[in-house]
Amino acid sequence: MQTVKMVITGPFSAGKTEFIRTISEIDVVSTDRKITTDAERSQKDQTTVAMDFGRITVDDDLVLYLFGTPGQKRFDFMWEILSEGMLGFIVIVDSSRPETFREARSILDTFRGYAATPYVIAANKQDHEDAWQPDDLRIALKIDGAIKVLPCVANDKEAVKSVLLELLYSILDTMDQSAD
Amino acid sequence: MALKGNLHDFSFTQLLNLIHLARKTGTLAIDGKGSAARVAFREGKLVYATTGGADGRLVGMLIRSGRITPEQGKQIPENKSDRELSAMLVQANLLTKQDLDQMVRNTVKDVVERLFAVTDGIFRFEPNVLPDDRLLADPPINLDNIIMEGTRRLKESEKLQDELPNLEVTLRFTDRPDARLRNVNLSVDEWRVVSYINPKNSIRQIMQANGMSEFQIRKIVYGMLQAGLVELMQPAGGLAALVGARPPTPPVQTFTKEEKRSVVNRLIDRIRKM
Repeated sequence: MQTVKMVITGPFSAGKTEFIRTISEIDVVSTDRKITTDAERSQKDQTTVAMDFGRITVDDDLVLYLFGTPGQKRFDFMWEILSEGMLGFIVIVDSSRPETFREARSILDTFRGYAATPYVIAANKQDHEDAWQPDDLRIALKIDGAIKVLPCVANDKEAVKSVLLELLYSILDTMDQSAD
Repeated sequence: MALKGNLHDFSFTQLLNLIHLARKTGTLAIDGKGSAARVAFREGKLVYATTGGADGRLVGMLIRSGRITPEQGKQIPENKSDRELSAMLVQANLLTKQDLDQMVRNTVKDVVERLFAVTDGIFRFEPNVLPDDRLLADPPINLDNIIMEGTRRLKESEKLQDELPNLEVTLRFTDRPDARLRNVNLSVDEWRVVSYINPKNSIRQIMQANGMSEFQIRKIVYGMLQAGLVELMQPAGGLAALVGARPPTPPVQTFTKEEKRSVVNRLIDRIRKM
């Protein structure tokens, strides 16, 4: 049995757990715990302290695992471990909370430092009236034009599929370029 | 869709850069602590700016630039639009169109330059909304140079932050001041800081007591450190103890290039069918 993994990362409350839950064929194995600080509690009641874990079975020989990283900075020692051997990664950004953009950029830089694997940015919560458009988010996060910044609503299966597919296409493109 | 946020998270320089690169048209409203402003853009270029306290009408600009006295300003009917007034002034040969354009450009640039210092406050960009009855900069002002100046200031701020990252440390006067201290002249703000220097007061507390920004206090303390006037006192303990041991790394599955290509194609097929 072959297993491959993708990492879903991003700031606290960006929608990583929801993203995995929407596409995973198993109930997401989540290690949510009660939030302890007031600032975090104002965003949501529970958060991921270790990781989320979802699965997509491709066939009898191949399984894709989706790992969601804990969003809070104090658990960043987990990130490098989760990123080992990843096929690619997705940075989920809450498009409606510009106060998290700087952290999203910092997380992106950290993951790029772990491995030179392809990645895409998912501009989540596009259904929110205050959501920044992906093009604006690209400028705000200083994302290179070659990297995809994709609109996303993490509880919409088609949107999540589209983000995953775009990452896979990016992986193929990278392989093609390195073959040249 | 309006762009909303706080300048604390997304700086004014970054906003200008976004508006410039995305060639946006609209009005940016900023409501900061003790400072409010409206700045308008056409296709990514600056056309208008006013602060909350200033009269953004042409009359206000004429008074501030000394072209007319406040008394003369009061005689101009309030319902006269900026365009009507400017046409009247030009027709009466009181001002040339070039004078007016230059005055508007200078006013707009002055306002925007002051906004770089605003680091906290709510902003909202309303796309495709421009001030109806105001005289706009003609031609619009390119943001390149303005952003460069803002970036220079931002870099200065970042450098100071690198030099003095922790505002929780305290200060003390050097025990044996050397010759560098002989000709030190302190500004009023520096004296205010000096008056609070005490091993019990952190730099942040001094900043708060004097109502200063982080940029201001860093600049002053950095200057004093360079002059050898003060020394930093580090808090007890260190960060090393906070770094924990890492759990073991799980084994990693590796593929040849062709295997990897096959895996990715199979994943694509599977996800498409979901």
